[in-house]
Amino acid sequence: MILIIAALALWAIMWTVNVRLANGESAGTSTVRLLVPLLFGLTLLAMWELVVRGLELPIVILPAPSVIAERVAGSGPTLWVDFKQTFLKGALGGYAIGCTAAFLTAILVDRWDFLRRGLLPVGSFVAALPIVGTAPILVMWYGFDWHSKAAVVVLMVFFPMLVNIVAGLQDTTQMQRDLMKTYAASYWQGLFKLRLPAAMPFIFNGLKISSTLAMIGAIVAEFFGSPIVGMGFRISTSVGQLALDMVWAEIVVAALAGSAFYGVVALIERRLTFWHPSQRR
Amino acid sequence: MRTILPVAVVVAAIVAFWYLAAIPMNIHFAVTSAQRAGAEVTPESGAERRNMGAIALAARNPAQWTDSWTQAKPRLPVPHQVVAELWRTTALQHPASKQSLVYHGWVTLSATVVGFAIGTGLGILLAIGIVHSRAMDMSVMPWAIASQTIPILAIAPMIIVVLNSIGVQGLIPKAIISAYLSFFPVVVGMVKGLRSPDAMQFDLLKTYNASRSETFWKLRLPASAPYLFASLKVGIAASLVGAIVGELPTGASRGLGARLLTGSYYGQTVQIWSALFATAILAAALVAIVAGIERATLKRMGLAT
Repeated sequence: MILIIAALALWAIMWTVNVRLANGESAGTSTVRLLVPLLFGLTLLAMWELVVRGLELPIVILPAPSVIAERVAGSGPTLWVDFKQTFLKGALGGYAIGCTAAFLTAILVDRWDFLRRGLLPVGSFVAALPIVGTAPILVMWYGFDWHSKAAVVVLMVFFPMLVNIVAGLQDTTQMQRDLMKTYAASYWQGLFKLRLPAAMPFIFNGLKISSTLAMIGAIVAEFFGSPIVGMGFRISTSVGQLALDMVWAEIVVAALAGSAFYGVVALIERRLTFWHPSQRR
Repeated sequence: MRTILPVAVVVAAIVAFWYLAAIPMNIHFAVTSAQRAGAEVTPESGAERRNMGAIALAARNPAQWTDSWTQAKPRLPVPHQVVAELWRTTALQHPASKQSLVYHGWVTLSATVVGFAIGTGLGILLAIGIVHSRAMDMSVMPWAIASQTIPILAIAPMIIVVLNSIGVQGLIPKAIISAYLSFFPVVVGMVKGLRSPDAMQFDLLKTYNASRSETFWKLRLPASAPYLFASLKVGIAASLVGAIVGELPTGASRGLGARLLTGSYYGQTVQIWSALFATAILAAALVAIVAGIERATLKRMGLAT
C-alpha cells in the first residue's frame, strides 16, 4: 500500500516539476526539451516498478522493469542470436532487396506514362492491404529459415516504396524540366541531376515507413514457423511458457533496434536532403 | 477514363503473370500425377524430375500445363480457384456456419471496429490534452512519435495470453491490440490538425474575445477534420492488421487470422489465399467507407468540392 501511495506521490511531484519546466522561462532551450520527456519516461518506469511491487503482481501478468532489465543483462547471448536472425538477416535483408526492387521498378514505371497511370492506383491499393497475411504462404514456399522472413519484408516494403518513389520522380516543375532540356540533357542526365535529387524527400519518407514495416514483417512472419532462433519465435514460445520477462526483454531489443533503424535512416536523410524546407533549422 | 484503361491493363497483366507463374510452381506434382494416370511425360524417372528445375520441366511437358491449374492443394493456386473458393465459402454457406468466410470475417471485423473506436476516441482525447497543455505536449509527444518506430505488433501475443490468464477472452484482447495500433496515428494526425489554423485565425478569435472552449469548437476542431480523416484511414487499416495478428498466437479457431493459421497447418493453400483475399476486400471496404464519410463531411464543411 505504501508503495502505491509512493507511486502516486511521485507522479504528482513529477507532474508539478514538468509543468513548472514547460511553462517556465527556459522552456524553449534544448536542455528542457530533452529533460521533460526524459523525466516523464523515467517517472513512468519508476511508477511501473512501484505499482508492480506494491500490488505484488505475479510475473505472468506484468514483470517489474528491474526484473526485465535483469533478464536483458542475463541473457545477452540469446538475445544477440535472435537479433542476428530476425533483424540482421530477415528484416535488413528483405529491406535491402525490397527497396532496391522498388527503386528499379519505379525508374522503369516512370519512363512510360501509361504504366505509371496503371501501376500507381494498384500500388497504393496494395500498400493499404494487410500484407503480413502472406506470411504463411511465403513460409511454405521458402522454408522456415530467414529467407521466408526476408520475402515477407520484401512484399511489405515494396509497394509503399514504389508509390513514394514514383510520386517523388514527378515532383519537378515544368520550368525545371525545360531548363534541363535547354541544356540538351539526356534522359539519364535529367534523371540523375534533377529528378532523383528532387525525389529524395519522398524516397526517405518511404524508407522511414518501410523501416518500421520491415521489423513488423520479420517478427510476425516468425509466428508462422521458424527455426529455433529469432525474436518472433522467442516471443511466441516464451509466451507459451509464461516467461514474460523474456518476452519483455525481446520487446526491449525490438524497440531499441526499431528506433535505431529509424534513427539511422533519419540521420542519412538529414545529411542528404539538407536543402529541403522540412530539414531547415 | 484516363486511369481505367491503364489500371485494367496492369491488372490483366498481373493475372496473366499469375497463371504463368503457377505452371512452374505446380508442375512437379502435375507431371507426377499425370504419369500415375498413364500419360506420357518426359523424363520418365521420378528421381530425375526431382533434380530438374521447375521451368525446364514445364518446358518439356506442355501437355500438363492445364493440370497445374486444377490441383486440390497446389503450391500456388490460380485466380479462378481462389475466386471459386471465395464464392463457395461465402455465398453457398450459411453465414453462421464455421465453414463460412462471412462468419470468420464478422469475428475479425467486430474486433477491428471496437478496437478502432476505442483507439480513435482515446487518441482524440490525448491530442486535445496535448494541444491545450504545454507540459503534456513536451512530456508525451516525443514518446508518441518514438513509439511509431517500434514494432508494436510484437507484443500482440503477450497481450492475448496475459488477458487470457486473468480470464478475459474473445473479442476484447483483439480489440485492445487494434486500439493500440490505431491510437498513435490518430494522436499524431490530430495534434497536427488541431494546430493547423494559422496565427491570423487565432488572433481573429482573440479579438472576438473567444474563450478557450469556443476557440476549440469553432476553430480548432473544424480545422482538424482533414487531418483526422487522413489518420483514420491509416488507423482502420492498422486496426484490421492488429485484429488478424491478434488471432494468430493462441490458436484461435474463429476469425480470418485463424483461417490463415489453420490453412498453413494443413497445407490448404486455397483456403489461405481465399482468407487473404477476404482480408484484402475487408481492408479495401473499410478504407473506402472512411473515405466516403470523409468526402461527405468535407463537402458539407465546404473544405472539398
